[in-house]
Amino acid sequence: MKSIQMYTIESNEALTQDVWRMVLKGDTSWIERPGQFVNLLITGQYLRRPISVADWNEETLTLIYKIVGEGTKKMAALKCQEVLEALTGLGNGFELQHTPKKILLIGGGVGVPPLYGLAKKALEIGKQVTVLLGFKSQHEAFYLEEFAALGAQVLVSTNDGSLGTKGFVTTVMEKEGLLEETYFVCGPVAMLKAVHQLSRANGQLSLEERMGCGFGACMGCSCKTKEGPKRLCVEGPVLKSEEILWED
Amino acid sequence: MGRLEVSLCGWKLDNPVIPASGTFGFGYEFAQFYDLNQLGSIALKGTTREARFGNPTPRIAECDRGMINAVGLQNPGVDQVISKELPRLKEVYQKKVIANVSGFSLEEYVECAQKMAAQDLVGLIEVNISCPNVHHGGMSFGTDPKQAAKVTRAVKTAVSKPVFIKLTPNVTDIVAIAKAVEEAGADGISMINTLLGARFDLKTGKPILANIMGGFSGPAIKPIALRMVYQVYEAVSIPIIGIGGLASAEDVIEMMSAGATAVQIGAENCRNPYACKKIIDRLPVLLDELKIQNLKDIIGRSHS
Ligand SMILES: Cc1cc2nc3c(=O)[nH]c(=O)nc-3n(C[C@H](O)[C@H](O)[C@H](O)COP(=O)(O)OP(=O)(O)OC[C@H]3O[C@@H](n4cnc5c(N)ncnc54)[C@H](O)[C@@H]3O)c2cc1C
Ligand SMILES: Cc1cc2nc3c(=O)[nH]c(=O)nc-3n(C[C@H](O)[C@H](O)[C@H](O)COP(=O)(O)O)c2cc1C
Ligand code: FES
Repeated sequence: MKSIQMYTIESNEALTQDVWRMVLKGDTSWIERPGQFVNLLITGQYLRRPISVADWNEETLTLIYKIVGEGTKKMAALKCQEVLEALTGLGNGFELQHTPKKILLIGGGVGVPPLYGLAKKALEIGKQVTVLLGFKSQHEAFYLEEFAALGAQVLVSTNDGSLGTKGFVTTVMEKEGLLEETYFVCGPVAMLKAVHQLSRANGQLSLEERMGCGFGACMGCSCKTKEGPKRLCVEGPVLKSEEILWED
Repeated sequence: MGRLEVSLCGWKLDNPVIPASGTFGFGYEFAQFYDLNQLGSIALKGTTREARFGNPTPRIAECDRGMINAVGLQNPGVDQVISKELPRLKEVYQKKVIANVSGFSLEEYVECAQKMAAQDLVGLIEVNISCPNVHHGGMSFGTDPKQAAKVTRAVKTAVSKPVFIKLTPNVTDIVAIAKAVEEAGADGISMINTLLGARFDLKTGKPILANIMGGFSGPAIKPIALRMVYQVYEAVSIPIIGIGGLASAEDVIEMMSAGATAVQIGAENCRNPYACKKIIDRLPVLLDELKIQNLKDIIGRSHS
């Protein structure tokens, strides 16, 4: 169910130089699946900002966001106890049912956050989870311990080799023989495409697009699929590897 | 009679607040937020003869107090709109809607308008001669009085329901276009559509939109819309639906004072799904504050 909810900021802190974590207190009953998102109203910005739910419990939800422009910069300046308005109940999220016991979660940069909630849910229902995280370099890496603490096997790649395997997540997939694993991936589109092309298995991919409304009204976020156009804010952001029509 | 009631060519609306085409889909997405029957009416997403995906993405860019869209008329085509979208809307909405039609030729406008006008649910046809997103057609009809009159005449001859022509502001003399469509038989005018705009990335300098340009709308364009409605009100005697940057009950009063009989709310629905409901709920309170008995009495009061 979609609705507007008010949240109180419980904490807002830097994880790396420009990746921040914000914990919001308020309604979480709408969250059905990992990979769903909120659309945040930020004072002074005309459009809302879509951010994935990284983790949640009965009272709070956690957002992990990277400062890339005006809106996220303002988010980082928000103080504890300030109130944020969010449009909630957005997106389809990842589907864990009807997937094998062993699964591979792949995240790049700020594609990592929604995978945390996904890893948690998957482990809760008894899956065997490998998490493969790609970053530019060591100082941009975050959440490795958090994933490990959940009980997932954690693999890392960095472009410059400062942490884990030097290269891309696909380098690790080849090296570790992970090409047959059912995968769940979120990150830059080039990474999604590379994973899709390399893997011999099917997967679920969380895509990103500039959004007008975030709830299905404006047709701003459409993506071509084999089943016709889909709105990433309603029928996405998670699409199946089999249905995506890749454009060059 | 309710205090908010207005009438468009004999069609009584409970209130003048109508979500604008393209910002409300085919309506039903909003039914999860509030009862749509509170609305004056609903202007449906622009419909074309064939299904369209529209422009490549990214096709939304944020601006100060507004947004640019280059959606490019994504819609499933008129036949699907009638067979799939309207039945879904009917389940949650019992009043009549405004069908917004677009085309790339006179024949296409006529075919779409005829098919939509044949639906019980449709109370009025709004002809979009102004969408700036599309490479061919669209734009040219709305920027030339002769072409605008031609579309008007063609659609008017083909349908018996009221026909409103939706004007583009991207012209030097909007009054000339308004007069031309009135003379060609238009029952009313909807104005304004979006203004052509563009944004470029701060770091790379590259266009934000894949289409480079798109339609700018939102609160930032309100003064332009008010000015144009004021000018056109002086020049024509058919009713005007005022559109452009409206976001509050105060804005509605201002637009109706300038000459609008009803109003449409566009971009604001995107940032706040409750925008129209909020305005409708506030209007009676605001009328009391302003000591206005009936909303319809203020239409055009800015003109001496
Ligand atoms: C479904 C979804 C989930 C997301 N989850 C996360 C997350 O968990 N963590 C995170 O850091 N980022 C996430 N993003 C990306 C995030 O929305 C953008 O980084 C953010 O909107 C940028 O806002 P800004 O004001 O700082 O940037 P600006 O460049 O100033 O923003 C200008 C406009 O462009 C839009 N925009 C800019 N970059 C993006 C982008 N990459 N994707 C979509 N819209 C963009 C903004 O929303 C805004 O409307 C997600 C995006 C989507 C669509
Ligand atoms: C995302 C979006 C899509 C639109 N699509 C259409 C359309 O299909 N047909 C049309 O006539 N106008 C369309 N418009 C224009 C609006 O109906 C309205 O005329 C314009 O946005 C100005 O109003 P506003 O400032 O309240 O947004 C669209 C506007 C937006 C923001
Ligand atoms: S962002 Fe408006 S439909 Fe998806």
